[in-house]
Amino acid sequence: MTDELRAAPVPPASRLKGAARSLLVPVLAVVSALMIGAIIIVLSDLTFFQRLGADPGAALADALGSVWTAYGALVTGALGSPGTYLDAFASGDSGQIAAAFNPLSETLLAATPLIFTGLAVALGFQCGLFNIGAEGQLYLGAATATFVGFAVTGLPWYIHLPLAAAAGFAGGAIWGFIPGILKARTGAHEVIVTIMLNYTAFRLIEFILKFPGYQREGRFDPISKVTEATAWYPPLIEGLRANWGFVLGLAAALAVSWLLFRTTKGFEFRAVGFNPTAARYAGMSIAASTVMAMMISGGLAGLAGTSIVLGITRSLTSGISPGFGFDGIAIALMARSRPRGIIFAALLFGALRAGATPMQSATGIPIDLVVVVQALVIMFVAAPALVRGIYRIRVPEATGYEVFSKGWGA
Amino acid sequence: MAIAAAPDGIVDRAALRRQRIFGIFYLLLAALAAFVLASGIAPDANSTFVLKPAGSKTGLDIPNLVVPSVVTLYVVAAVCAFLGAVQLIRGFGSRWVVILGVAVTLFVFGFLTWAAVDKSMSLIGILQLTVLKGLPITFGALSGILCERSGVVNIAIEGMLLAGAFTGAVVGSGTGNIVLGFVAAGFVGAALGALLAVLTIRYRMDQIVAGTVINIFSGGITGFVYSRVLQAHRELNEPARFPQIPIPVLSDIPIIGPMFFSGNLFLYLLFILIGLIHYGLFYTRWGLRVRAVGEHPRAADTVGINVVLTRYRNVILGGIVAGVGGAYFTLGSTGSFVQDMTAGRGFIGLAAMIFGAWTPIGAFLASLVFGFADALQARLSILNIALPSEFLQMAPYLATIVVVAGLVGRVRAPAADGRPYEKE
Repeated sequence: MTDELRAAPVPPASRLKGAARSLLVPVLAVVSALMIGAIIIVLSDLTFFQRLGADPGAALADALGSVWTAYGALVTGALGSPGTYLDAFASGDSGQIAAAFNPLSETLLAATPLIFTGLAVALGFQCGLFNIGAEGQLYLGAATATFVGFAVTGLPWYIHLPLAAAAGFAGGAIWGFIPGILKARTGAHEVIVTIMLNYTAFRLIEFILKFPGYQREGRFDPISKVTEATAWYPPLIEGLRANWGFVLGLAAALAVSWLLFRTTKGFEFRAVGFNPTAARYAGMSIAASTVMAMMISGGLAGLAGTSIVLGITRSLTSGISPGFGFDGIAIALMARSRPRGIIFAALLFGALRAGATPMQSATGIPIDLVVVVQALVIMFVAAPALVRGIYRIRVPEATGYEVFSKGWGA
Repeated sequence: MAIAAAPDGIVDRAALRRQRIFGIFYLLLAALAAFVLASGIAPDANSTFVLKPAGSKTGLDIPNLVVPSVVTLYVVAAVCAFLGAVQLIRGFGSRWVVILGVAVTLFVFGFLTWAAVDKSMSLIGILQLTVLKGLPITFGALSGILCERSGVVNIAIEGMLLAGAFTGAVVGSGTGNIVLGFVAAGFVGAALGALLAVLTIRYRMDQIVAGTVINIFSGGITGFVYSRVLQAHRELNEPARFPQIPIPVLSDIPIIGPMFFSGNLFLYLLFILIGLIHYGLFYTRWGLRVRAVGEHPRAADTVGINVVLTRYRNVILGGIVAGVGGAYFTLGSTGSFVQDMTAGRGFIGLAAMIFGAWTPIGAFLASLVFGFADALQARLSILNIALPSEFLQMAPYLATIVVVAGLVGRVRAPAADGRPYEKE
């Protein structure tokens, strides 16, 4: 984060080199994580051990083959396969072309909430706050957006959709306000408070989903009413699920980038995050920055919630997020809290998520493999020294260890 | 950070505020008991509490506790109102904790009286369940205490419990020997503890990030193996369970006996651990060193304590405790492993650790309180009481937020908790 504070002009050539070097750790992290994932695939096949004794060569070849099929299915599930694209374009049938692009569309769809949660965590990091409550804020935002989505009727989409999205932002912001104000007023550590608020949010959602008027009529399981079609993010291309929520995510990344690096408020956020004591001596209010950063962070996580309930599921259940809030931590770390980097990291994680389902149905490798891979990616990204040690390479010092959370023994 | 150096004036104001908050709180409890709970109950109705455990073999025969519902509620209300008035007028000084306990316990009793109007409720059942629910939470909290007293934040408790539960089930049924499963769970816990220690101490990874990695990893890998292997090989997921061992004389004590002295290995192990860790931390050289490392590593280093070694050892010990505690879910309780079966208990353990002010006994009491909320929720849903149980389940989390925010009295973490140590 140091290099951002002094904005020295950098010559283009070394900038390119710098970009390549800063990509080194994330790329190696992903490669290492996938390799460990492959080992897990092989070891979890019980027949492998039996055959290893009988015919080691064939057993190993088969093991490699199964890894190849699994990862192949993952990639084609996330990006589509060249053959399908060629056939579709050759046939010229628009339906077939759309179908060929479906995997890509699913990747964009899965990346959308991740962009928002990544931005949420990154904004916190920039202000010296560790928001691990994005998951809870996501649910709160989803709940408020769903409410506006089904309770308000008869509006044209260009009013209803922004209204519902704004409600989602507000819901998340309220949930982010609590740790913000507690930290500013009492010094309560935001990590503890946001963990507790996550679980509070889950219980609250379970309560809301059984609340008469919110629960869908005629249903006894916890599920909300269906939101009005006017509140949905319109699809980018008719027939595919990817929608304008993704574009909103890109816009949010631009907005966060602008806020952090082009405005006085953003400078204050970063100054408070970089050195609170110095920021206070410079006359900045740590309390105001803390509260505001947590609210915006929560609001962004709330928008992640809207991208699910208004973009995919159309209604709220207690299972809309398989941990997008925690993935946000991985994404923010990987992008080193830079909004532009977050888009790419979110696309990568989105591709993993989107490819996992076809992988499971094609090869029977459970989706959870992707969760393991993600955990490993975070581990390698957050400990560059580990990557350095494994590959015996020099990693630029700028990616050296960073401490995001200040101990809670205050 | 700057709070530590608050001048005396602020402390007094906080105490005054606490006095007022509690006074109003007790009055609210009184009003709730007298006007909400007592309304609509027939004057001659009785509430029956069963104190003899169902299927008890101990030969212990204590009669049911039958109380007149309305009178009980009015008595509860009167006592709470009295406590509230005294609290508001002159305060209880340093005894405020005791008074808080008395008031809340009374109110809970009033609440149970209300729930059991014209019914018979197994009070002993709730209390037994309280201990069972509080047990894994305490293991988690003890793990947290071991790590954090030496200055390493452990939010990976959840992942360690889950991994322990998984290992216990798989090794326990794979080998057909539950003791091996138990030991293996401890080893896996130790491995995760070692991973946490290596990442945070050697590679100086942010401790929260490292903990999150372990939680996600543990959830992912157990889920992966569960879906890929255990679904097809059910014989790997049906371990025997540790038998209940009632302790001869002690288990015959009314109420206390069935609660604390009729459990299985895990319960007694827990008592031993609580005692050991308490004694170790506060009365031995080891504990003094651990606490020195957690409070002021530089000073500890200066007097020749090996900070890094102390932290490694404690985090690995914490991992073992959490791994073994996790095995309770499968080998001590339900039997087979289910995906994500710890369901946030590790985080409640974290909460209990904070609530208990980083002390083993405090954490145990806090775990019992949280376990009671859990047990009450489970029993009330059986009794068909119209109460949104979600709010009861939120209570541990909200209580923890109140405590860390210092809204009513503050707990203090070890000063160097969460900070990596670098030798100069």
